[in-house]
Amino acid sequence: MHPVRKQRLILVVFVVAFSCLAVGLLTYALRENINLFYPPSSIVAGQAPVDKRIRAGGCVLPGQVKRAADSLDVNFLITDGAANVEVHYSGILPDLFAEGEAVVVNGSLNGDGVFMATEVLAKHDETYMPPEVSDSIQQSGALNAANSGQHQATCEGMQYGS
Amino acid sequence: MAWQWFHRLGSPRWFYEKTGPWMPWLAVLSAVLLISGAVWGLAFAPADMKQGNSYRIIYIHVPAAFLALAGYYIMAISGAIGLIWKMKLADMVMKSAAPIGAVLTFVALVTGAIWGKPTWGTWWVWDARITSMLILFFLYLGVIALQEAYQHQDTANKASAILALVGTVNIPIIYKSVDWWYTLHQPATIKFTSESTIHPSMLYPLLTMVIGFYCFYALVLLLRTRSEVLEREKKTRWVQDLARQG
Repeated sequence: MHPVRKQRLILVVFVVAFSCLAVGLLTYALRENINLFYPPSSIVAGQAPVDKRIRAGGCVLPGQVKRAADSLDVNFLITDGAANVEVHYSGILPDLFAEGEAVVVNGSLNGDGVFMATEVLAKHDETYMPPEVSDSIQQSGALNAANSGQHQATCEGMQYGS
Repeated sequence: MAWQWFHRLGSPRWFYEKTGPWMPWLAVLSAVLLISGAVWGLAFAPADMKQGNSYRIIYIHVPAAFLALAGYYIMAISGAIGLIWKMKLADMVMKSAAPIGAVLTFVALVTGAIWGKPTWGTWWVWDARITSMLILFFLYLGVIALQEAYQHQDTANKASAILALVGTVNIPIIYKSVDWWYTLHQPATIKFTSESTIHPSMLYPLLTMVIGFYCFYALVLLLRTRSEVLEREKKTRWVQDLARQG
């Protein structure tokens, strides 16, 4: 290769490598801030600020959704497998909200460790399947066997380790 | 000898004459793939068990996002070739790729917002995937702006190539953002290392659309580059002969 071109090639490689390094360090330093939400285990461990606007995310624990009979109040537990956090919300839930599905809630943590949500977002997983196929899988028990029958059954798509 | 084709690419005329016959074939191929993929995906693929029919926007959203990312590499690599070998054609490809990539990124962002409203319950959230995709859009706009910002084409090429190269770091960040950080956006459905988590009856129309988008991208990129060749070479004899022939 011509020496001048070789020099320019080295320069181009240097520009790309240097910008990768700079952005890599930047995102590493900001990794806590880039996360959209706190998982329940870090909220329980006291890593989330109290009475500040934050987001929490996890799977809705099946059988633990309590709706008030005379209002839109709803209480449910979210989990990441390691810990649970109670969420209180008053309002209309998104269509895809369901037990065993992932949610991201926006609000603040009160002194009792209850998350007072002002917004509930449904986080769908990466599985796409026609209804008939999912019915037949459930009948054969393959879906439950594959997920050891835990509450993560439909929530397995969530990446908890970052 | 092995490098002969590479050096031939340095000739815009050779490129123009060589790619001419490809154009109708590419146009027919992308039309067939896009129309059949869209009809297959929108009308014949089954509804999703959770999202119902609203998931069908995947047939635009995912191919547009794929090409927005792949197109950035095409733009950055041709920018690098233009910087290192001073190849005129590579600079033209870089300039032509920027607006196509910007449009595809915009389509991916808008279809994502339209999809987000019925599924997540919000149009927009500042999570890592969506924010890094917005940065990609600004990078494309930056390259377009730098191309117009200088009197001399050489300076403009150098500046936009360097911006494009610095921005390449964003592509792996977009791709891995859903694995590295907690996001609202779902992780990848089509996986290259393990089995994809989408039923084949939905996957095949999606793959048809992806290949169709690739063909359409190639078609538009060649069209834009060919007109850029004519514009920049308009003083040469062969372009003037071509114009005289009508």
